[in-house]
Amino acid sequence: MSIKNEILKIEHLHKAFGENVILKDFDLSVKSGEVIVIIGPSGCGKSTLLRCINGLEDIQSGKIYVDEQPVIQGSKDLYEIRQKIGMVFQSYDLFPHMTVLQNITLAPMKVQKRKKEKVEKEAIELLSRVGLADKKDSFPRQLSGGQKQRVAIVRALCMHPEIMLFDEVTAALDPEMVHEVLQTMLELAQSGKTMLIVTHEMSFARAIADRILFLDEGELIEEAPPEEFFTSPKTDRAKKFLQTFEYSKK
Amino acid sequence: MQLMGIELLLKGNNFLRMLSGLWVAVRISLVSVILSIGLGLIVGALMTVQNKVIKTVMRLYLEIVRIMPQMVLLFIVYFGTTRVFGINIEAELSAIIVFTFWGTAEMGDLVRGALISIPRHQYESAEALGLSKLQTYLYVILPQTLRRLIPLSINLITRMIKTTSLVMMIGIVEVLKVTQQIIEANRRTSPNAAFGMFATVFMMYFIVCWPISLLSKHLEKRWSDR
Repeated sequence: MSIKNEILKIEHLHKAFGENVILKDFDLSVKSGEVIVIIGPSGCGKSTLLRCINGLEDIQSGKIYVDEQPVIQGSKDLYEIRQKIGMVFQSYDLFPHMTVLQNITLAPMKVQKRKKEKVEKEAIELLSRVGLADKKDSFPRQLSGGQKQRVAIVRALCMHPEIMLFDEVTAALDPEMVHEVLQTMLELAQSGKTMLIVTHEMSFARAIADRILFLDEGELIEEAPPEEFFTSPKTDRAKKFLQTFEYSKK
Repeated sequence: MQLMGIELLLKGNNFLRMLSGLWVAVRISLVSVILSIGLGLIVGALMTVQNKVIKTVMRLYLEIVRIMPQMVLLFIVYFGTTRVFGINIEAELSAIIVFTFWGTAEMGDLVRGALISIPRHQYESAEALGLSKLQTYLYVILPQTLRRLIPLSINLITRMIKTTSLVMMIGIVEVLKVTQQIIEANRRTSPNAAFGMFATVFMMYFIVCWPISLLSKHLEKRWSDR
C-alpha cells in the first residue's frame, strides 16, 4: 500500500462502564482509503469502539485523533470533528417526521450552512447511485429496512465525511435486504472511502476489508489481511470464533 | 312554561350578555392554555433532567397540583394573598394564575412523557451528524414531541375550558354566572327557565370544545401518515 495520510489514530484507549471494562489499552491507526472490518463475539467492545470515535461515549483514558484533531466528549470542537465522521447505526435512525430528502439535507444545510439547491442536487445524485432517487419524497415509514439503511448511508455521505463508521448496519434486516445494503457499502469502498465496519457478515468482511481486526473482551487479539485471517488465523480465540460460523453433522 | 325558559334568550340583550360571559370564560382559558403550553414545554424538559433536586421539586409541584382541588387554589390566590401579602390580585388575573399553575404541571407531565418516548437513537443519530444540542431539539426532537403531544393536550385544553365554570366562585361574571343572574331576575315570569337556560350553556360549551376535538383528530390523522 502506498503511503497515505493517517486519518484516524487511537492510542491506549481505555473505556469502562463503572467496574465493567469494555476496551483495554486499545491502539489503532487507519490510513486514508483503508477499509477496516472489526469482528468479534458480541459484547467484545466493537460497537463501543465506534461510538467512542465520534464522541458518543466518554472514555476513561487514552487519545483518539480524527484527522489530527483530538476527540474529546463535551468539547466544542466535537461538533466540527463529527462532520468528518459519518456514522450509520444498526437501528433505523432516520427522522420519521421528515421526507427522505429532508433527512439527507438537514445537517448539510443547518450544520455546514450549505445552499439548499446545491445540497438537494447532491442528495438526489447520491440517492440515484443507490437506486432510490424516486423515493426522495417518501417518509421513512414507507420504506423497507434495506431502503432505510441505504438512505441513512446517503445521509451520512452528504456531509462529505473523511471516514465512515458502520455499526452492524445489517443486523436488524431481513436476509434478502442485507445484500442490497452490503452492495452499497462495497461500491463505497471501491470509490476509496475510508471505512470502519462492525459486522457479523463474514463473507462480506472477507470481500471488503483491507484489514480485519479481531476483538475479544475489549482487547485486540489479532490483526491480519482478510485472506490470512479467514484461512489461517494465528490465535486460538480467533479459530474458535470462526468455527461458530461453520456447521457440520457430527 | 312550555318553552322551558328559552324565550328568555330573546328578552332584552340576554343572549348577548351570555355570549360575552362565554367570551370571559374562553378568554381566561385561552390565555391560560397558551401560557401552559409554553411553560409546560420548559417544565417537561426539566422533568427529564437527571438532577435530583430539580427532579424532586418538579415531582412535588406535580403532586400538589394533582391533589389540590382547583377551587381551593383559586381561593388561596384570590382571597388568601390579599390578607397575607397585602397584594390585591384581580379576579381574572387570579384565575389565569391558577389555571396556568395547574395547566403547566399537567402539560409538563405530558411533555415529559412525549420526550422520553422518543428513542435514544434519534438523539444519537442527530448528534452523529454534527447537529448541536439545540439543533437536535429544534429540528429532530421537538417536532416529534409536538406530534405526540397534540392528542394528549387536547384533552387538557377542553378540561381547562370546562373548569372555568369555577371562576364565578371568586366573583368573575362568566357565562354560568350571567345565566344564573338572568334566571334569578326572571324567576316570577319564567319559573322553569333553569332547564332551558342551562341547556343553552351546555350547548355553548359544546360549540367551543367540539372544534378543538375535531382539530385534534384531523392533526392526528394527518401526522400519522408521516
